[in-house]
Amino acid sequence: MTPALKISGLSKTYGNGFEALKGIDLEVGQGDFFALLGPNGAGKSTTIGIISSLVAKSAGKVWVHGVDIDQDFPAAKKFLGIVPQEFNFNVFEKVEDILTNQAGYYGMPRVRAKERTEYFLNKLGLAEKRTTTARMLSGGMKRRLMIARALIHDPKLLILDEPTAGVDIEMRRSMYDFLREINAAGTTIILTTHYLEEAEALCRNMAIINHGRIVTNSSIRDLLRDLNKETFVLECQGPLPVEVTLDNFAVQRMDDHSLEIGIEKGQDIAVAFEGLRQQGIVVVSMRNQANRLEQMFLNVLEGNA
Amino acid sequence: MSLYEQYIAFATIVRKEIRRYMRIWSQTLLPSAITMSLYYLIFGSLIGSRIGEMGGRSYMEFVVPGLIMMAIVTNSYSNVVSSFFGAKFNNSIEELLVSPVPNYVILWGYIAGGVSRGILVAIIVTVVSLFFTRMQINNFAIVVSVVFLTSVLFALCGFINAVYANSFDDINIVPTFVLTPLTYLGGVFYSLDLLPEFWAKVSQANPLVYVVNAFRYGVLGVSDVSIGFSFGMIGFFVVVAYSYAMYLLRTGKRLRS
Repeated sequence: MTPALKISGLSKTYGNGFEALKGIDLEVGQGDFFALLGPNGAGKSTTIGIISSLVAKSAGKVWVHGVDIDQDFPAAKKFLGIVPQEFNFNVFEKVEDILTNQAGYYGMPRVRAKERTEYFLNKLGLAEKRTTTARMLSGGMKRRLMIARALIHDPKLLILDEPTAGVDIEMRRSMYDFLREINAAGTTIILTTHYLEEAEALCRNMAIINHGRIVTNSSIRDLLRDLNKETFVLECQGPLPVEVTLDNFAVQRMDDHSLEIGIEKGQDIAVAFEGLRQQGIVVVSMRNQANRLEQMFLNVLEGNA
Repeated sequence: MSLYEQYIAFATIVRKEIRRYMRIWSQTLLPSAITMSLYYLIFGSLIGSRIGEMGGRSYMEFVVPGLIMMAIVTNSYSNVVSSFFGAKFNNSIEELLVSPVPNYVILWGYIAGGVSRGILVAIIVTVVSLFFTRMQINNFAIVVSVVFLTSVLFALCGFINAVYANSFDDINIVPTFVLTPLTYLGGVFYSLDLLPEFWAKVSQANPLVYVVNAFRYGVLGVSDVSIGFSFGMIGFFVVVAYSYAMYLLRTGKRLRS
């Protein structure tokens, strides 16, 4: 099947000589929910900018649903919906006008554009704000407006650049549900985010980009399987002894009630619990010290620093 | 995009532009009516009555076509420069740039917005002028074509200004320091015959001379410049400005990274 997005040898050098992308290759299959991760300045937004035509590439090729952007960019753009990081609508326009106009830019007849606008206003909880100017919306509503605008022409590939930045937890959860729903309906989604639990919860595959290069590209499940070490925080009953040691495990006493323990790949956590029990320490609860994907992300970046 | 889809995109841009300036009509339509009323009153009625004839017509009759053209130039220019720069400033221009709309549709959409405002203001100031003088149209086809070409030309100039502008100050510099002096020196208030030979020749580099005189010919049947040459020069300026605006869009200069 033709990939939803294929990138080959993509490079970007800005006028000041900064090399934002150094020949990246990437392939995202149709129907995938894909995370593009990386620290600030890694090249994620530049990549999205090139795909959406806002940034001119220096070298390389990009295909969207098999359409080469150098050959027929307008045809490629029809497949694309972009939700950029920064708000980029006219804040003095009404919410419904922003959506209807965007549909018009894609050649959608006005009657159909109004139907689609109505659908997304209801779907994304903006119906009551239809005649409100965009500047009066809350941050979360503005994010939803950007998503609605990106979907108004029914794109096959939706690219979201940090869509939940500054969005409260409840709103974030409802956005997750909505994104899962449209992905299940067949829309390929590429997501960049700094919330790694978001990527872990939503995405099946991911790539990490650092210093303009793809350093990891795999399924999230495989990457987490390769995680060599995880650190857990154990909440314990009663005051802990001043010194806590455990053979073959790195243990650190955090305070009177909690311990931090490192479990390496192949080690059995039950052995650690047994060792603690023999010292009279009862574990009440346990949690990951860091999100597993976050741990893996940091490992990858450290390995490529 | 099919031609029909391009038409929808074009109509969307034009509708958005018209709604924008109609929403703020007190800033976009009213000022020209007031300013031109004052020009008619002061230059036409009060001072004009002491000037006597110019170009074989009363001064009031002579000055009205120039003032209407001045309103068209100012409004078609400022509509596009403020709208396009505003879209660039708040990044909403990206809505168009990421869409499949061809560059020429984007450009003609903004031009049509500027032309429509230029023509609307022209109608308003023409109606106002009827309170001060009679107006008989010498050649309606020339009037319509000059109005159209002039508003296209200055809408294009506004577009180019907007692409290069980095701040709201930059979109005022050209109207204040270029457009207004060219308008005043373009024969709106006087016949070029009054100028010394040297300055009359210098005036021929001013595009406003051709638009004002061509329009005056269409209305009064008098002109300092031949009508054919005026049309040729206006057409030449339109082609140059259009080509340059398309070049800016195609290369993404100041619009894309």
